[in-house]
Amino acid sequence: MSDALLEVRDLVTSFQTDNGWVRAVDKVSFSVAAGQSVGLVGESGCGKTVTAMSIVDLLPKPSGHILEGSISLNGEDLRQVPPKRMRQVRGGEIGVIFQEPMSALNPVHRIGKQLVEVIRLHKKISGRKALKEAIEWLDKVGIPDPAARAMAYPHQLSGGMRQRVMIAMALCCEPRLVIADEPTTALDVTVQAQILDLLEDMRKELGMSVLLITHDLGVIAEQCEEVVVMYAGRVVERGPVPEVFANPAHAYTKGLLASIPRLENERKSILTTIPGQVAAIQDFVPGCRFCQRMGRRSTMINNRPTFAEIADGHWVEACRECYEG
Amino acid sequence: MKDQISEAKKGKPLLEVEALKQYFPVKGGVFGRKVGDVKAVDGVSLTIGKGETVGLVGESGCGKSTFGKSIIRLENPTGGTIRFKGKDITSMSQAWLRPLRQDFQMVFQDPAESLDARMSVGELIAEPLVIQSMGNRKARRERVLELLDRVGLPKSAMQKFPFEFSGGQRQRIGIARALAVNPELLVLDEPVSALDVSVQAQVINLLLELQRDLGLSYLFIAHDLAVVKHISDRVSVMYLGKIVESATSEELYRNPLHAYTKALFSAIPDPDPANKKTRKMLEGEVPSPINPPEGSAFGKRINHPRYEETIGVDLTPVEYSPGHWVAPDVCCLEDEVFAKVKPESSNDASSERV
Repeated sequence: MSDALLEVRDLVTSFQTDNGWVRAVDKVSFSVAAGQSVGLVGESGCGKTVTAMSIVDLLPKPSGHILEGSISLNGEDLRQVPPKRMRQVRGGEIGVIFQEPMSALNPVHRIGKQLVEVIRLHKKISGRKALKEAIEWLDKVGIPDPAARAMAYPHQLSGGMRQRVMIAMALCCEPRLVIADEPTTALDVTVQAQILDLLEDMRKELGMSVLLITHDLGVIAEQCEEVVVMYAGRVVERGPVPEVFANPAHAYTKGLLASIPRLENERKSILTTIPGQVAAIQDFVPGCRFCQRMGRRSTMINNRPTFAEIADGHWVEACRECYEG
Repeated sequence: MKDQISEAKKGKPLLEVEALKQYFPVKGGVFGRKVGDVKAVDGVSLTIGKGETVGLVGESGCGKSTFGKSIIRLENPTGGTIRFKGKDITSMSQAWLRPLRQDFQMVFQDPAESLDARMSVGELIAEPLVIQSMGNRKARRERVLELLDRVGLPKSAMQKFPFEFSGGQRQRIGIARALAVNPELLVLDEPVSALDVSVQAQVINLLLELQRDLGLSYLFIAHDLAVVKHISDRVSVMYLGKIVESATSEELYRNPLHAYTKALFSAIPDPDPANKKTRKMLEGEVPSPINPPEGSAFGKRINHPRYEETIGVDLTPVEYSPGHWVAPDVCCLEDEVFAKVKPESSNDASSERV
């Protein structure tokens, strides 16, 4: 795909542990087109955050390494660029919103100052002008009384307000791509709705792309155009949201969709579940990992299923059992 | 709200809570004098019948967890009454309470924190039995094995330690521990909030099965209305220390009356992309319970023009239709609903029922 803003191909990210190397991300490929919003969904430990942190080169050092694959932003291979350029990309062209704003914001600096710092790293403007811009951004993300709030410390703001500050910080250099890693997981539903709407408004207004990482399929259904489903370090299914939600092909995607309690369910009905649990990362088999969870003695246990396109833009990596079952 | 007790049709309710208040002092100044109260729970009434699940839903800081702790006397309530099987336990001493604790147990949100990391799973599950001096060593061991099987863990789990388990399995240990003394009521405080979707479904199913087989009653506390609606017979919606609406889960879903309940439903992300609904956006956040606004707290949040009218009005829920209770709050109800529940008419309604 030539029109892709971000293209991740065959990404392998490993961590060095006491028991040797573990592959947290195992040949993951997907792309984000300009102006598109893509949801990356999966359960904890599936490698979604590691994928995102690989893109912006924020893996925990020295244990985390990208071993294989390419990550290109607008045709520029981010794995090859020097650290100086990477610092420009990070924040300048790719904004990142982290899950827990309280630990992502510096507790001893006023939020205005923290925003000014970001702005002045990427733009050559005076401190006063940068502060003015910072206050404008606080206003844009819906913080009441932004001039006064700029003088506040993070602990003086509520969780929702802190997440708004994070969004202002990620957007203030008008990046082309925003990576939002579980931006609403720590928030109440009503505040979550506010934050998601804000993100969507900003995407439309600024024409940027969003890579939204979440474990909540409901958020993806409402927010994204494309979905990438990850399981045990791999992409098992990806495609346009309406298509994947209407015709999920992989047994894991089907299971995930079926296990959400829905409002129209009958009271106290037994939910469909996926039996078992994700294997520990050091026990991952080379073959089909969903078969591993289901305890199937599949022939695929040693051979990785192929990634195939089953409908326009709808890709699945499944063995026969996971596809038909 | 007293009348709500008559609502539990299945004979005498197991738990009756009336106008419960739980305040915490706020200390300030040089001498650490009391300068105010956090009104975490402010006049909440609720009943739970035998074998029934009552859901309590609200945003963080609304006092739902405090309420859960108060009713099983992990806090000392400031006011109101709690009756368990007809016995008033509101101000009973802890020594008198201990034997009663067999009957009500609690499951906490984060099993990683609520389970002692240095105790084996066998010891953890047996601990309540030891405290209640139930059985000898051999009998306790058998009971632990039975419980492990009951919650779907292998026998070998007994010798292991909590860190060796995943989040879902740890929550199963928490449930086994609460079940050890054969309680009748479980207070479940956000038991599935920390779990992944597929594991969450497994734990919900386990809770449903346990209730069916053992006839347990649950108070299910959570912020996720979809989960609460699924598991509960009746649901109470709490906002800033007060109940604003309660009804059976179907009735609440089909016919929510209070603006806050509507906003909560509307904020749930719909996992069906075909339903492009228009979201009713709720501005602002839950205000601090330290100095709660007088009158309608929610009316204040949404800056309702008629907010002033609610100051000094008793907003205790009244019955709108059989079993459906709502706070008579002019800011949060549609006109025809408010006309039916407004304070003057509520007197007639309650005298009818008496």
